Formats: sequence, C-alpha cells, structure tokens
Amino acid sequence: MADCRTSRRALLAAPALLAPALLGLRPAEAQQSLSLLNVSYDPTRELYRDYNAAFARTWQQRSGQTVRINTSHGGSGRQARAVIDGLPADVVTLALAFDVDEVATRGLIAPDWIKRLPNNSAPYTSTIVFLVRKGNPKSIRDWGDLLKPGVSVITPNPKTSGGARWNYLAFYAWARKQPGATEATAEEALRRLFRNVPVLDTGARGSTTTFAQRAQGDVLLAWENEAHLALQEFGAGNFDIVYPPLSILAEPSVAVVDRIVDRRGTRALAEAYLQGLYTPEGQATAAKHFYRPRDAALLAQHADRFPHMELVTIDDAFGGWAEAQRRHFNDGGLFDRIYRPGR
Amino acid sequence: MSGATLMAAPGPARRAKVAAIPGFGLTFGITLAWLGTIVVIPLAALALRPWELGLFGLIDSLSDARVLASLRLSFGAALLAALVDLPLGLALAWAVVRMNWPGRRLLDALVDMPFALPTAVAGIALTALFAPNGWVGAPLAQLFGWSVAFTPAGVAVALMFVGLPFIVRTVEPVMRDLAKDAEEAAATLGATRSQTLRRVVLPALAPALLTGFGLAFARAVGEYGSVIFIAGNMPMVSEIAPLLIVIRLEQFDFAGAAAVGLAMLSLSFGILLLLNLAQRRLRRSRR
Amino acid sequence: MSQFRPATADPAWLRLSVAGVALLTALVLLVLPLAAVFTEALRRGLPAAWAAIAEPDTLAAIRLTLLVAVLTVPVNLVGGLAAAWCITKFDFPGKRVLVTLIELPFSVSPVISGLTFVLIFGAHGWLGEWLQARDIQVIFALPGLVLATIFVTFPFVARTVMPLMQEQGREEEEAAATLGAGGLSTFLRVTLPNVKWALLAGVLLCNARAMGEFGAVSVVSGHVRGETNTMPLHVEILYNEYQFSGAFAVAALLALLGLVTLGAKVVLERLAGRQAGGAA
Repeated sequence: MADCRTSRRALLAAPALLAPALLGLRPAEAQQSLSLLNVSYDPTRELYRDYNAAFARTWQQRSGQTVRINTSHGGSGRQARAVIDGLPADVVTLALAFDVDEVATRGLIAPDWIKRLPNNSAPYTSTIVFLVRKGNPKSIRDWGDLLKPGVSVITPNPKTSGGARWNYLAFYAWARKQPGATEATAEEALRRLFRNVPVLDTGARGSTTTFAQRAQGDVLLAWENEAHLALQEFGAGNFDIVYPPLSILAEPSVAVVDRIVDRRGTRALAEAYLQGLYTPEGQATAAKHFYRPRDAALLAQHADRFPHMELVTIDDAFGGWAEAQRRHFNDGGLFDRIYRPGR
Repeated sequence: MSGATLMAAPGPARRAKVAAIPGFGLTFGITLAWLGTIVVIPLAALALRPWELGLFGLIDSLSDARVLASLRLSFGAALLAALVDLPLGLALAWAVVRMNWPGRRLLDALVDMPFALPTAVAGIALTALFAPNGWVGAPLAQLFGWSVAFTPAGVAVALMFVGLPFIVRTVEPVMRDLAKDAEEAAATLGATRSQTLRRVVLPALAPALLTGFGLAFARAVGEYGSVIFIAGNMPMVSEIAPLLIVIRLEQFDFAGAAAVGLAMLSLSFGILLLLNLAQRRLRRSRR
Repeated sequence: MSQFRPATADPAWLRLSVAGVALLTALVLLVLPLAAVFTEALRRGLPAAWAAIAEPDTLAAIRLTLLVAVLTVPVNLVGGLAAAWCITKFDFPGKRVLVTLIELPFSVSPVISGLTFVLIFGAHGWLGEWLQARDIQVIFALPGLVLATIFVTFPFVARTVMPLMQEQGREEEEAAATLGAGGLSTFLRVTLPNVKWALLAGVLLCNARAMGEFGAVSVVSGHVRGETNTMPLHVEILYNEYQFSGAFAVAALLALLGLVTLGAKVVLERLAGRQAGGAA
C-alpha cells in the first residue's frame, strides 16, 4: 500500500522536475525590442554580415529604432525544414526557389511570393565555376574535361547541398547541348562524371575544405562567390578560377515569411530589409562579395570580376525547380540511378 | 502473476528478500517517469511516423539498395570497431589499473576524451590526421599505400574513437574490484600465470567486457558528427545510415527518414537485448 | 630471475606488450587528435585564439552551453540513481527490457534523437499547434536543447553506477533494512558511500558529454548566432566561415573544459583511494 502511494507520488514528481526546462523559457525574441531573423544558406555569411550592419544603420536613421538582426546559416534544405518546423524566421534567403516553395506549400509564405519582388525575387545571382590548382596542371577548361580519366572532381552531395544541385544541373545542361546528345548520353556523361568524384561532402563549405585543406581532387565545382572567397582565404597563389564557356544562372531566392511577420508585427521591417537588397548600396554589397548584381550598370562596372558566360536558366533547360527536383534528385531520381550497382 | 514468478530470476526464496529493502515503488516510479518522458515517448513518435507510408511503402523504402548498403556499412563498421576496441580497451584499462608508471593518471584522464570532445571536432581532427597529407595519413600512404580518410576504413577509425572509452570505463571498475586474493589463491594452488589469467581473471572480466562491447557498438552505430567528415560519403560505398536519414530529411521526406531511423533502432535494440541476455547468462554461470 | 617475481605478477613480455598496445592506442586515438586541435588553435598565436574566445557570440555560446549542462545533469542524476537502485536491489519482471531501454539512447543516432523532438514539438508535431497557440517555443530554443541533451546523456549515470551496485550485492542494504533503517537513510548511509565515486564519475562524464554534444543539438538548435548556438555548434559555424584557428580555439577550450572535468574526476578518485586506504 505504501509502495503504491510513493510510486504515484514519484510519477508526479519527476515531470515536475522537467517542467521548468519544458516551459520555463519563452522565445528570446518576445522580450527584445526589435529584432529580425534572417534564415539563410551557407555561402551568404559574409554578405549578410556586411549588409546587416548597413541595414541596421539605415533603419536607425529612417525610424530611430535600433534593430538587432540575427542570422542562421546552414544547408539550404535543412534551413527550409527548420522554418517549416517552427524556427521563427522573418525572412528566408535561400539557395533555390524550390526550398522557398517548400516553405510556401506549408502555408507560411503566400504562394505568389516569387512575384512580390523584382527579378523573380532574386536580388543577386551567381553561377557555377571551376576552382583548379595553380597553373591548371590538368588543363581543365570546360565541362568535358571533367570526364577525362585521372581527373578527380570535388563536389558536394546534391542530396544535401543546394550548391551541388546547381553543379549537377549545370553539367547536365552542358551534356544536353553536345552535338547529337540524348537523354541517354547525358545520363552516361553524369555516370562518368561521378565516377571521377572521390568524396561527396554534405555541404559546399565542406567540399571547399576538402579541396583546399586536405588536398583532394584536381578541380572543385563551386559557386562563383565561393571560388573567389576560397582564393581570399586559402591564398590566391594556390588556386586559379576557370570560367567554363557555358554554365547555369543560379537565382538565390528571398522572401518574407508572412505568417511569422504578421504574428510578430515585423512586416514593415522585413519588407524594407529585402527591398534594401535592390538598392544601389545593397547591390554594391552583393557585388563586393562576388554575387552578380542585377543592376546592369554595376555589373558592367565589375566586368573583370564577372566575365561574360553563356548562362542557361532552370526554367528553360529543366522546366522549373519542381520538375528538376522530381526528375533528378528525389528518391529513385536520376542521381540515385547513376549510383545503382550493376549498370 | 504466474508470468511474474516465472520471470523473476532466482525464484521465490529471493522474492521474499526483495521486500526487505524499501524504496522500490519510489525508485521504480521515478525511473518510469524519467524513461517515459525522455526516451519512450519521443521514440514512440519516431516509431509511429513511418507507418503513414503503409506496410508495403515501409518495406519498399527500406529495401532500396542504397539503404541496405548504408545499414550494412553502419552496422558492419560499428561491429568491427567495437571488436578492435575490445583488446585495445582491455590493454588501456590494464595499463591504468594494474601498472605502476608515472603517466598513469594522465592516461586515465585522457581515456574519457572522446566523450568530452564534440563529435564534429573529433571528426575534423581525425580527418586532418588521417587525410593523405596528415600526420598519420601521410606515412600510411607512403609506407603501405593505404588510404584511410574518405574510405570505409575512415568510418571504422572514427567509430573506434567514439567507442573506446566505453570499454575501458566498464572494465576498469570491475578490474579494480577484482580481489587479488582470487589470483593469489589460484597461484598458490599451482596455477601458472597464464592459467590464472585465462581461468580466473578473464572470466571475471567477461561480463564487463561484454557490456562495454555492447555500449561501444551501440554508440558507434548511430554516430554521425565525427563520421561525415572522414567518410567520403559515397553512395553504396562509404555512406552511413544516419547520413541517409539526413538526406531524406532534406527532401522533406519525414516518413522515409523515420523509417531508416526505426530500422536502425530495432536492430540495435535487438542486438543490445541479446548482449544483455548473454551477459546475464555469463554472470549466473559465475555465481 | 623469474622465480623471484610474485606469483600474481605477469611475465615481462606480457606486461611490455600490453603497455605497448595501450600506449600506441592512446597515442593514435587520443593524444594525436587532441594535439591536432591545440596545434590548429595556436597556429596564429595565443592572442588570436584568445580574441576568438572573447568575441561576444562565442561568450554567448559558452554561457548557453554551461546553462544546458547545469539543467541536464540533475535530471539524469536523479533518474539514473533511481533506476540503478530499483534495478540492482530488486527483482521484477521485465528488468532486462528496462536496462536495455536505459542503454538505448547510446545507440540512437544523435540525428534521430534530435528528430524525435522535432516530431513531437515541431510546428507539425504532436504538440506543435498547442504550443504555437500559446506562443511557447520548445525546439529552436533552450527547452529543446536541454531535452535533446538529456536524451543523449541519459544512460551515463545509470550505466556507471549499476555495475558497481550489482557487484556489491544487496547484503548491506538488507542488513540495514532488517535493523529498521528507512529507505532514505539506507540509501544515504549505506549505498551512497559505497558508490559515491562511481556516481561522481558518471556525473562528470554526463557533464562532459552534455557540453560536447553536437548532432542532436544541431537538429533542434536553429543555429541562430548568439542566441541558440552552443559551443560545438559555434565551432562548426566558425569552421564553415574558414576561421579555422578561431574554430579550433573554441574547440580547444571545450576540450580543456572536458579535460578539467575529467582531471577533477581522477583527483577525486585518488583522494577516495587514500581515504579508503587510511580506513582499512
């Protein structure tokens, strides 16, 4: 009898111990005066560090309010998932429209988000280039050179990295443009390409480290801005950037997360934050961090930094992200098939 | 009731004694509440999720060649790592407990290092060491032509690292407690040292070794942070099951991710249960 | 020579080879990774390493990490002791299952353990709507970090105390009970003194692991700089910003915290050994 009572008391006592941990803390944002959370992908860390400081100054001048801008960076897909699962992001600035669409289909962002800001809601663009070892010893000039025997290619895993999906699609677009190309030849080229890939890191930054620090591979497929950053960080004397004649136009998308800003009352701030990216200052900050600005004059001014390349778009070459994702990257898609054994 | 009597290990005589020590209700209650809140309910959430695929969907999602390959790698490398750790851990425990030498205390503290170092840091450090241009990787590559980092061997090395302290720490207290008398008695009765080791010391350590093996294995199976840096992550070759879970999550495929999680969980639960049963048998045969 | 060595001493070749294996293992698997961390941390000199640690975001990460550890350890201490007591001092059906359940968090991939809390507390989880309606943030905030850490460090106390309590048997407690001692005083006067060092070791391990946990925490953190980043996550962030020496400086600090904890454990055990020796 006594046992029975004590055990019941114990059952009540233990959750009571946990209660403070479970309920004691409300989100930090509730207490802070004015803050904004920008959930972004990996390579934009440096860009937004600069832009946040500039924007906070502008906002202070305009409204007299001090604003604290928090950022969160990670793989684009992982970040989108965190927002879906309840990370209170006021704005998302992700690597591809597909990830923003995923958030939108859960009702957090209005379905027409891509039309709300100019240029498909992508204030800056980027593309995929090659980073090779100094002097380009394997003379890699174009996508076809990646297929040569003995060339070792470093790219992250398209399943986990948004950047790697752009790498993959740029290569595929090239393969489809070859004379006499069919789906079968493009698939075969993909298979040959990935036979030359010895390591698949989970993110773009991981691949850069593998290539630069661990001395793996002859060529790294990278975002244009990441390639420039790698030159800065690991020494321009060690690597060269190669611009293939054809690549893909990467449009990283930005959007206000409607449900969060309406709940937190930060809509005006969030919209000003994204619109600021289209201003001359915002565009200049993007160009400084090696993102191609939308502003044509500014782009021309930096022509040495952003050489002209033929760029295909995801809509023209692949019929949009949803289709590309379904055909290439979903479970059982083309990327899975090229790794299937016995073929 | 009959079931309870059947399962209560040593029979009625022992049961009578049970009542002698108080506090069963209280401690059992706390244990259940603690276990329920932190472990059982969350894992139930995991276990229920994949069924939205339906039974056939679940089977389909698990019988994919890549899923099978990654499960094989995760469990195979974990078993291998735990097996290799067994003698290494035993030697370390012996060096800490039984040998008298100046670095003993330092070694003792170092053994727990894999617990304390964040797995991601461990992964980065191990990759730097075992990469073809690293302190250990370079000599291995030059002398033997072996590459460790970015191959399945790298996975095993990372798993050995995370599992090692479990073996040392489970064996060590028992080794400390192991009375010298038994060994002395054996020696007095004319046993050679190797006979004493084989017949007295090792059997006494066996249950602890088994526990340590189980823990090291269990910990290694699910390890993620330290492995992804060193593994190379090539599908079918060096892709571990937890990475596949992450991949499926990135595709917003919660049910598919939970399916792999459930498969790993059931397999490890089964293996741990077997080890626990084996350990009980060992313990009883000793008594 | 050999007939002079005590009967319980091992032959020299055995001792040497055991020592050799132990040292080689320690060198390759324990010392070198640690050395690599410290070398990288100090590559740009001590001042640079210190500057990386004194940065406000790093300090916020250190505070958060300590807070998580302080909230985690007591829960697992109470739970672990209770479990060890009822498992080693009593027989009841289903005991093996209980022990296995307690060990299970070790074998659950950290990724999965983070995921389970997302499945419960996430916006689309079991409690998601209820929590959102009340504006309570569990995951991507401190409670989620604490829950995930409790889960991951769950078995440490129980697993270190249990084998010892099992070895020691029940006789002493039974004697105390026969003499009329209550549960609490039996525990405090008889059991606790017997297992206090193992208990302490378990607590310290639990603490060390709580501070270093990466995978599970990474899933429920949200990675907001200066807000929900623990030290291990901050290491990853710095590393991904190519601030290698900063990343390793924080990692080295974390390793030092761990080593201090583990060193404290060794010292305490030594004191304990002396006490026991004095008493005997």
